[in-house]
Amino acid sequence: MWSRMKQGLARAWNVLAKPSVHYSLGFLTLGGFVAGIIFWGGFNTALEAANTEEFCISCHEMRENVYVELQETIHWSNRSGVRATCSDCHVPHDWTYKIARKMQASKEVWGKIFGTINTPEKFEAKRRTLAEHEWARLKKNDSLECRNCHQFESMDFTAQSQRAAEQHSTALASGEKTCIDCHKGIAHHLPDMTGVPGWE
Amino acid sequence: MKKLLALFSLLAVFTLAAAEPQVANLRGPLDLTEEEEAPRMAREVNDDIRTDRDYPMAAPTIPHKIDGYQIDLKANKCLSCHNRQRVEESQAVMVSVTHFMNRDGNFLADVSPNRYFCTQCHASQLDVDPLIDNDFVSMDELFDRAAESH
Repeated sequence: MWSRMKQGLARAWNVLAKPSVHYSLGFLTLGGFVAGIIFWGGFNTALEAANTEEFCISCHEMRENVYVELQETIHWSNRSGVRATCSDCHVPHDWTYKIARKMQASKEVWGKIFGTINTPEKFEAKRRTLAEHEWARLKKNDSLECRNCHQFESMDFTAQSQRAAEQHSTALASGEKTCIDCHKGIAHHLPDMTGVPGWE
Repeated sequence: MKKLLALFSLLAVFTLAAAEPQVANLRGPLDLTEEEEAPRMAREVNDDIRTDRDYPMAAPTIPHKIDGYQIDLKANKCLSCHNRQRVEESQAVMVSVTHFMNRDGNFLADVSPNRYFCTQCHASQLDVDPLIDNDFVSMDELFDRAAESH
């Protein structure tokens, strides 16, 4: 089997290495260019489609658990009507990190196919693990997805409550803490918090 | 005679039904079928100013917002600041030591399960005028009155 594969590879290399007989150089370069645009556009469109809320809640695991929980929170409904959707917090905006996250998400496809969290009981059993993944990600990137909207530089401490201003102007300002350290469970229900730092 | 009595009582019932409702209630003097415009939703007090307690065992009110605070078997958002191990960092008021006592009077290391659900006794406050005047008299005032009368 190994030798057959090697043969096949060699044949393919021969075809690629030889100059084209039937197609002109212009056709190949321009055609490649156009095909590239279509491929790239299609790729990004597909990525964007997978970033929409409709896509996320097309699975009942999301629609019936985390999506319902989000609807009780300020990220769903608030005075100014700005709303965060799933990908705003769970998918990095920056391209490189986005691709990395999308590749990670292939594990979620596996989970969907094999029904890892397809009942409320299974979801509850996994809630802590899943939450820990997100806490770890946000801790590592200094709560980047929070900061995409909530910029520290634009925070008006005088408009915050005294307690909030105190914490934000000290622990957050010095970089000693990042958003997720204190703001866990703001968009979804908390898992069992036994042993989580700050929840003794 | 019987017929006349029945007629009169029926008449009495109708006149009573047609009369203005005389009973004072929170809805105001409105007909049953009418509905008063609901008052604006009040804001939760968030000034962190501790309020007066009228007797030593009075559960203190919560002087801040508790919107979306999760208090269940999995997590207790209140205790993430007010628990014994948390107050150094949070500088919040520690829950009263009575909350560490179980029903037999023994002190535990952690908040006793029968004192775990904070909002059973402690409530955040709304910035509104009371619907009904409160004629509660605090014990301090009673002491003052007693001292004056002697």
